[in-house]
Amino acid sequence: MIYLTRRATFSASHYYWNPAWSAEKNEQVFGRCANRNGHGHNYTLEVTVEGEPDPVTGFVVDLKGLKEIMEREVLAAWDHRHLNLETPEFAVAIPTTENLAIAAWKRLEPAVTAAGSARLSRVRVYETPEIFAEYRGEP
Amino acid sequence: MRAYFGRRYIISASHRLHTDALSVEKNRATYGKCNNLHGHGHNYGLEVVVAGAVNPETGMVVNMGALDAVVRNRVVDRFDHANLNLDPLFVNRVPTTENLSRVVYALLKDALPAGELARVRVEETENNFFECDSE
Repeated sequence: MIYLTRRATFSASHYYWNPAWSAEKNEQVFGRCANRNGHGHNYTLEVTVEGEPDPVTGFVVDLKGLKEIMEREVLAAWDHRHLNLETPEFAVAIPTTENLAIAAWKRLEPAVTAAGSARLSRVRVYETPEIFAEYRGEP
Repeated sequence: MRAYFGRRYIISASHRLHTDALSVEKNRATYGKCNNLHGHGHNYGLEVVVAGAVNPETGMVVNMGALDAVVRNRVVDRFDHANLNLDPLFVNRVPTTENLSRVVYALLKDALPAGELARVRVEETENNFFECDSE
């Protein structure tokens, strides 16, 4: 099995807020991320697919095709957006890095599967170079 | 849903790779420049990965502030700007980065504020790294 990873970057704003909680509890749990005016990051999206190299092309996946899937399914929706205010998945869910990794997986998985040659293996989202979250499709 | 949260820290520390079990010559042959009598140092990159269910109330596997407090308290404050060879955990253990990754894994395993420790990765330089995912 070969694992192939492609990286892309996007820039977005967000805030963390649970409407079921008081303002004090939101600030206590989420700290500066609870600022309702939002803040932003340069995110890095790392998408790993797994499969066997095609005997003719030697490719696990067409990298250009994977790039197009990432751009169409994720970057077009999230890049230069306010995640809480402009993306359907974060109208309710809090746009933590964990939830971004899961949401990116859900956006990518059908398109990667439909492309045929490889399976989605892992999605990793870096919020900063020091913070990342990963989802591997586990329940 | 089970997801993974990863966080990076920096530890600047000195060490000397040497074991009394080997002769002077054999230490030199085994550890090379790392056997230098007075030690040397690195900016270690430490990556801690926590696995667990995403808490539906917070959207988090683990609260980063709480994780930072544990990692600082148990690992970073202990080893940063210190000589690893002088730490009690390395009295009978050569402070290779393999052993450092195991020591860090053991220090954090039962101390996390939430989730389970999935992996500890220690980068000695940008060209070598070591990972530990069990004791």
